[in-house]
Amino acid sequence: MLVNLGIGIPTLVANYVPDGIRVFFQSENGLIGTGPVPEEGLIQPLLSDAAGRPVTALPGACTFDSAMSFGLIRGGHVDMTVLGGLQVDQQGLLANWMIPGKMVPGMGGAMDLVSGAKRVVVAMQHTAKGQPKILKACSLPLTSARPVDLVVSEMAVIAFPDGRAALVERAPGVTVEQILASTEAALAIPDNVPEMKL
Amino acid sequence: MKPIRLADAVELIPEGASLMIGGFMGVGTPERVIDELVRQGKRELTIIANDTAMPGRGIGKLIDAELVRKVVASHIGLNPVTQKQMIEQRITVDLVPQGTLIERIRSGGFGLGGVLTPTGVGTVVEEGKQKIEVDGRSYLLETALRADFALIGAFLSDYLGNLTYALTAQNFNPVMAMAADKTIVTAEHVVPVGFIPPDHVVTPAPLVDYVIANG
Repeated sequence: MLVNLGIGIPTLVANYVPDGIRVFFQSENGLIGTGPVPEEGLIQPLLSDAAGRPVTALPGACTFDSAMSFGLIRGGHVDMTVLGGLQVDQQGLLANWMIPGKMVPGMGGAMDLVSGAKRVVVAMQHTAKGQPKILKACSLPLTSARPVDLVVSEMAVIAFPDGRAALVERAPGVTVEQILASTEAALAIPDNVPEMKL
Repeated sequence: MKPIRLADAVELIPEGASLMIGGFMGVGTPERVIDELVRQGKRELTIIANDTAMPGRGIGKLIDAELVRKVVASHIGLNPVTQKQMIEQRITVDLVPQGTLIERIRSGGFGLGGVLTPTGVGTVVEEGKQKIEVDGRSYLLETALRADFALIGAFLSDYLGNLTYALTAQNFNPVMAMAADKTIVTAEHVVPVGFIPPDHVVTPAPLVDYVIANG
């Protein structure tokens, strides 16, 4: 499968791919087959990740221009993207690209990824400075009108079947009550909420 | 294609010009042309590029030297100087989703008026744009972009100006090479005609106006 990882927590996903699954990681600057950071002395300045940092290319890697890269993304050829999030609302709508008046970095490839990837996963902290990030409605500008499929935090896994937030799993040792207390969105709670298997 | 000295190439660029500059966080940016723009102090530039790199690198050097009036880019988050100049309203920044930006440039080079993209529908990006329904799905009409000059970082150029690019230094370069009135290229290596097999040429020589060898 072809997977695009955002910067920050999502980057860590590459370290936890189970054996037996073939995953190609895309860097949207024009690379499929992104490998780990090179050892010192083996840096190739013309091979970088989407933050401009030196990376390696794995066997079978290929490179291409930005039109192809975003054709892959918008065209539905990317099976999954894992992105960071500032806020997610109870329908699964994501805000992750600006805080008006404070932080205006630009959306980069985030809007294309959320609009185009087959499956969108948000990996983020459950709260920010004690305040919930999974809300009834996002106060920050949205990234896309397309809802995300899954939110994974250090407390819970939340899905959005039929446009409504539903708790799927809880982190080891975390109770449903603790998750509800840290979540503003209306959250459907099934009878059985299993612990994440880590 | 004409070979040209670096200083002469940059002298062709007037103050106030619009420049498409290849590169992604400085990777694939024609660094020597940037340095010469700074040395000659070309002001009031409009820059169309993916990003403004970081202070001291690539397009970041033009920002540091306060030569830029307007930026059209997808991301400026790794350049605090660009953000500072934007907040102080010394430069204008148009933020465009990355996939939309490359398609607007491609449209400019390929003779299209623009493209229809689902990216940005239902967000602030749709403000002021035509929304068009096709087969029940909403798209934004994103119009073509062109510039006075494209500044391109290539890997190989042969004596005629046929170009190849390397690894992730391709990014916006081959698309921008088609979308400006004049295309100025720096090549890491200049090689004899025939060295680049026809199948491997990415930018055909007739698109290239000037080549500067990096040497």
